[in-house]
Amino acid sequence: MLGKERIRAVFEQVLAISPADQTEVLFLGEDSGLTRFANSHIHQNVAQNNAELRVRVVFGKKIGVASTNDLSVESIKRVVESAITIAKLQRENPDFVSLPAPAPVPQVTGYAPRTASFTPEARAKAAGLVCRKAVENKLIASGAFYTGANELAVANSLGVFAYHPSTVAELNTVIMSDSSAGYADAVSLDAQEIDPEAVAAEAVDKALRSRNPTGLEPGEYEVILEEYAVFDILEFLAYLGFSALAVQEGRSFMKLGQKVVGDNISIWDDGFSPGGLPLPFDFEGVPRQKVPLIDKGVAVGLVYDSYTAGKEGKASTGHALPAPNTYGPMPVNLWMGTGQSDKEEMLKSTKRGIWVTRFHYTRPIHPLKVIVTGMTRDGTFLVENGEIVGPIKNLRFTQSYLEALASVELIGAQTKLERGPMGGSRVPALKVSRFNFSGATEF
Amino acid sequence: MRELIERVLNTAQVRGASYADVRVVRRQSQSIVVKNGNVEALSIAEDQGFGVRVIANGAWGFAASSLLAASEADRVAALAVQIARASATVKSRDLDIGPGTPVTGRYRTAVEIDPFGVPIETKIALLLGADEAMRKVKEIKVAESSMELFRELKTFASTEGSFIEQEIIESGGGIEATAVGNDDVQKRSYPNSFGRQQGTAGYEFIEAMDLVGNAERMAAEAAQLLWAKQCPASVTTLILGPTQLALQVHESCGHPIELDRVFGTEASYAGTSFLTTEKLGSFRYGSEIVNITADATIPGGLGTFGYDDEGVPAQRVPIVRNGIFVGYLTSRETAGVLGQSSNGAARADGWNRIPLIRMTNINLEPGEWEFEDLIADTDEGIYMELNKSWSIDDKRLNFQFGTEIAQEISHGKLGPLLKNATYTGITPQFWGSCDAICNARHRNIWGTPNCGKGQPPQAAHVGHGTAPARFRHVQVGVMK
Repeated sequence: MLGKERIRAVFEQVLAISPADQTEVLFLGEDSGLTRFANSHIHQNVAQNNAELRVRVVFGKKIGVASTNDLSVESIKRVVESAITIAKLQRENPDFVSLPAPAPVPQVTGYAPRTASFTPEARAKAAGLVCRKAVENKLIASGAFYTGANELAVANSLGVFAYHPSTVAELNTVIMSDSSAGYADAVSLDAQEIDPEAVAAEAVDKALRSRNPTGLEPGEYEVILEEYAVFDILEFLAYLGFSALAVQEGRSFMKLGQKVVGDNISIWDDGFSPGGLPLPFDFEGVPRQKVPLIDKGVAVGLVYDSYTAGKEGKASTGHALPAPNTYGPMPVNLWMGTGQSDKEEMLKSTKRGIWVTRFHYTRPIHPLKVIVTGMTRDGTFLVENGEIVGPIKNLRFTQSYLEALASVELIGAQTKLERGPMGGSRVPALKVSRFNFSGATEF
Repeated sequence: MRELIERVLNTAQVRGASYADVRVVRRQSQSIVVKNGNVEALSIAEDQGFGVRVIANGAWGFAASSLLAASEADRVAALAVQIARASATVKSRDLDIGPGTPVTGRYRTAVEIDPFGVPIETKIALLLGADEAMRKVKEIKVAESSMELFRELKTFASTEGSFIEQEIIESGGGIEATAVGNDDVQKRSYPNSFGRQQGTAGYEFIEAMDLVGNAERMAAEAAQLLWAKQCPASVTTLILGPTQLALQVHESCGHPIELDRVFGTEASYAGTSFLTTEKLGSFRYGSEIVNITADATIPGGLGTFGYDDEGVPAQRVPIVRNGIFVGYLTSRETAGVLGQSSNGAARADGWNRIPLIRMTNINLEPGEWEFEDLIADTDEGIYMELNKSWSIDDKRLNFQFGTEIAQEISHGKLGPLLKNATYTGITPQFWGSCDAICNARHRNIWGTPNCGKGQPPQAAHVGHGTAPARFRHVQVGVMK
């Protein structure tokens, strides 16, 4: 961790030497460790310390970006010169308006000192506990325990300065027998709040219950989707449709004011909520707004960065990704509204359906309809007359996620935190009345 | 540099490592993206650091830092040993990487034109030319052309006495035309999908693509797809074009032959492999005409290098011979379990990642058919080309892949374009149904610069040599 004041000094150095009309400096620091285990022992165990500086310079409407992870004085000079050189070679981008002006960033805590000081020995202890639980049940454990401390800081020549230290810890495991597997994970910004015993118990239970699966004919079934699977749905909606650029380019399903999913579905992005992994500003230093995206089934909002906002004469919602990026802004702290149900009730209400623990290798095959294909994995069960009757071999699905969200019968009252590439989302479990399974595999 | 390397190795040994290696890696990349007439992204990135891998108490530890300084060398080497000792508290047995032979050497990618020596203006002009050509077609809502140039300087040294310096140079580029209309979105890409075709080569590789010359054709095809018929669902004969076949080889052969995956090291992430060790040498992976080779030595291939990140020289090894599964991709640790020596496939994505078993160039060896004869010989079927979506289960058996374009084949002739084509199958049955492969005239090495594996995630640069091939009785389209 470099710390706020040392990062500020680096920023001042960049801004002082840049002759550009506007200059932005982004700092991304990571000090992390990750312990992986497989076959019930630790097989990979790593740590890294990295600090990247990214400089964006603007001459009129010409933009150049250069980056380095060498923070020496010479390197900083070189990265500024590189950004200037390429900006001058650029053509003017008529859609560019300006880097963002400063705005107050509300404070939010996303940093747990206990995660930052979490040791390799402590990670190994947790991994060892999961492995022992598996072995005690004649099962095999695999998984990973990540702990990381990150620093995000942004400054620009218009006066923006924003700094946010954060931590995150995630323990996940797949516990296997010869014929089955069970998955569980836990995410928190405080590594001490991760309970390896609970994670192991959940995965062991699944692995034991899913032994000796039988085949099931593909077709349309009711499904109970655990939070792990629902998170995948939310990620795809964000990736394919919630960005203003996706709408501007006509590749999004979001038609504002129109109903896109069922009345019982509401989704929003909130970078400040303490139950998530808070991130108070974006990679341009703009404070994140809480953005309702889908309200009671209706598309109501999009996320913007300064570029897409400038095109529409609007203000950025604080969802820029690091420059340069051509994919547009992205929500990274998604929340799905809860209902009043639980998985027990979902089970009891299912006449003939499939319980899905999680999805695997999901890919879009029709972006506008959000049709996605993927597999079930690590705990798939047949449900009949309100009870789990047994494990089934994994199935391939090909399903519009929008249509699935248009046929949600029950929504869990509790949400679970899941970690995405840049933030964290909270999702409930769902009971969906129709879900299309298009193929089967051999295990 | 040598001083820092020696300091790392000495510190690791003093702290108790029985083996240590260090990689010092400097990367330089240049990325240009032109979108709808604007240069939307133009960036230069430099990245450097060192990673220390050790064995202590019979277990692995690894630590890495971007700060190339003596005091950091001491800290990171000590941390790697501390981590290894923590690993050893949850081990099943002492790990064994086999006998070490000191290797010294140098390797540099052969290039005709240094891609970093070409003026940026020249590169921008080329991309703008392609962009303009794509936007001549009115349905094109997004035209994107891009170029990615990459140089990696890497020094590897180990306590066994190895010292290797490599310079890998890569050039990549491509175009994408996205058409919107008729309540649909369709895309065509060239020469490959997901951004670009890439190879270990100089700027001559970009020039040979003729991005400008192919841009308007791609755009017109994207527009045609908006009104094209949906690819019908049926069980039929399938001919795959070379880039889609590259993806097929990648997912259904390349990943399942990674011996660390076979041993379960990726079980909690992307999964394991159906190609378990008792199948080696006897399992029928495909029909008799299917021959697959892993070759890290092919000039220009994106998976071509001099030495892997354990210091093992690049090799060419058989994987499938006459349809029988005969070989894995291996590292020092995994090869020893099978009583073999490493075939040099352990590679890391930069200084801050450990080497994992990664594909090199995994090639479907050419057959004897001319493409025109193959089509003429097919009474009824579908031709598909260029990957659009890919999904495969966690043992690499059940797959479903989608392509940008398809064409019906009827009485030996290709028909009009079809859209939203997908096909699905089970890996050995699918390869078992292969009854024709085109000859070397139709083969190219396709680069995949985004092969994901591991935690923390690593993106490997790998290649696939493929020519079109025919498969019988394939489920095309999605069963409802």
